[in-house]
Amino acid sequence: MGDIRSYTMNFGPQHPAAHGVLRLVLEMEGEVIRRADPHVGLLHRATEKLAESKPYNQSIGYMDRLDYVSMMCNEHGYVLAIEKLLGVTPPRRARYIRVLFDEITRILNHLMWLGAHGLDVGAMTVFLYCFREREDLMDCYEAVSGARMHATYYRPGGVYRDLPAQMPRYEPSPYRSDADLERLNAARQGSLLDFIEEFTERFPACVDEYETLLTDNRIWKQRLVGIGTVTPERALELGFTGPMLRGSGVEWDLRKSQPYEVYDELDFDIPVGSNGDCYDRYLVRVEEMRQSNRIIRQCVEWLRNNPGPVMIDDHKIVPPTREEMKDDMESLIHHFKLFTEGYCVPEGEAYAAVEAPKGEFGCYIVSDGANKPYRLKVRAPGFAHLAAMDEMARGHMLADVVALIGTQDIVFGEIDR
Amino acid sequence: MSSAVNEFIRSFFLVELLKGLRLTGRNLFKRKVTIQYPEEKAPQSPRFRGLHALRRYPNGEERCIACKLCEAVCPALAITIESEPREDGQRRTTRYDIDLFKCIYCGFCEESCPVDSIVETRIHEYHMEARGENIITKQALLAIGDKYEQQLARDRAMDAPYR
Repeated sequence: MGDIRSYTMNFGPQHPAAHGVLRLVLEMEGEVIRRADPHVGLLHRATEKLAESKPYNQSIGYMDRLDYVSMMCNEHGYVLAIEKLLGVTPPRRARYIRVLFDEITRILNHLMWLGAHGLDVGAMTVFLYCFREREDLMDCYEAVSGARMHATYYRPGGVYRDLPAQMPRYEPSPYRSDADLERLNAARQGSLLDFIEEFTERFPACVDEYETLLTDNRIWKQRLVGIGTVTPERALELGFTGPMLRGSGVEWDLRKSQPYEVYDELDFDIPVGSNGDCYDRYLVRVEEMRQSNRIIRQCVEWLRNNPGPVMIDDHKIVPPTREEMKDDMESLIHHFKLFTEGYCVPEGEAYAAVEAPKGEFGCYIVSDGANKPYRLKVRAPGFAHLAAMDEMARGHMLADVVALIGTQDIVFGEIDR
Repeated sequence: MSSAVNEFIRSFFLVELLKGLRLTGRNLFKRKVTIQYPEEKAPQSPRFRGLHALRRYPNGEERCIACKLCEAVCPALAITIESEPREDGQRRTTRYDIDLFKCIYCGFCEESCPVDSIVETRIHEYHMEARGENIITKQALLAIGDKYEQQLARDRAMDAPYR
């Protein structure tokens, strides 16, 4: 028998389980991984550099495209940093709307993650069920911003528009009976808030469905329990955030530890795992969906009872309403000024972070007093997680790499930026 | 002891797998959530941001006054405008091109337009057949606007209280 030597294998960037464009160079010994070397940069779009060349507001749309499954959370991080530099606080209603949509985004992200992770590990059905619920949340995105994904909805000083009082409805078609159409439109009779509330009422049962399919399933457990174990100490050292850190048992959540917007007024729990393996991280994320659902309910309740402005009333930062702009010369001047030059931000630097579904998403802005950032640095949670791939994969089998990529919730938009 | 026996029985008789099967079985007989796509469409918000259009006033005069705000605000630099005074002395665009490959559909052009000229329509199913068709000209934009004017006006009116 000859010597068995380790050999190198290329995983991705075209592998369907590589979640986009991950390229892993794996040093294998038989089917056991000795070293995993992730290569990044295949989705690099120079977002940070691009932001240096345009007025602050114009980069909001590009933030959506960083972590393209948790769009509004990225915008939130960027907008918060600008607000910190400007020293403005948005009206309460805008802050509640932001929290509402942050949590909708969290559910969106976790549903996508659960579906894709299930698919990677071999569970087809969960994917379909997750996307069924995702569709409703996408409709919320569309109703409020006009786009199903890349919303460009948050603005420094608030949000662009208030929540619509009417949900779009299904049109009659030859394929539907009237009764069928009525059933489809039943949840869409009222406002967006009614639609969201109806969703939150039915969503916990949906999470139960996913759990019935996965939590006790022996195949699911065999693939996840004891895979990619990270101790709490090591998780902190590696710079983990979000569910990756909480799965290891560290109770750290920016929404609790340094509350932004109105999180300190809301009632929710932070789930933590105990073993720090893939299965615990799965449980943490599932519980996070339930907690997000709880937060959404509280936001809906508050928003219903408290109408008001959703933008600050400072036309040096925020353009006036269209009606004002058309009637009033000064407003028109503000309008033109803001859409060409934008606003100038005082000299200084600021870092603002939000608890994005994947972890701490932060923006660090250095301003030299111009209408564009002098430098923008994006802190993407996925980058630190991917850096730990080598450590987590070492000694595991090739098939476990797929489970690891899934559990890290890798999205290349934010890692490569 | 009894819990270990329970565990064994549950494991031996594949209880959790059967529970999962029961769930999928129930869903097999539930109403379908899918729609017959090309004939039947999902609901669309009046705020929807799709393909662009240039609108006209009810008297047929084009709205765009070539103020170039949209060109200035476009984050992707997708809009190119050239302008000249018309015979009657009014300022109008001679060229209004949008590069659909560059456009990120952020809606800033519509937000910035002081005369509600450039808008984003509900059209989201379109294609190009030859190279260069991604650049959509002023004539094409006006044609889209003419075709969908009623819908556009209705959507703007619906959203007016929020803007």
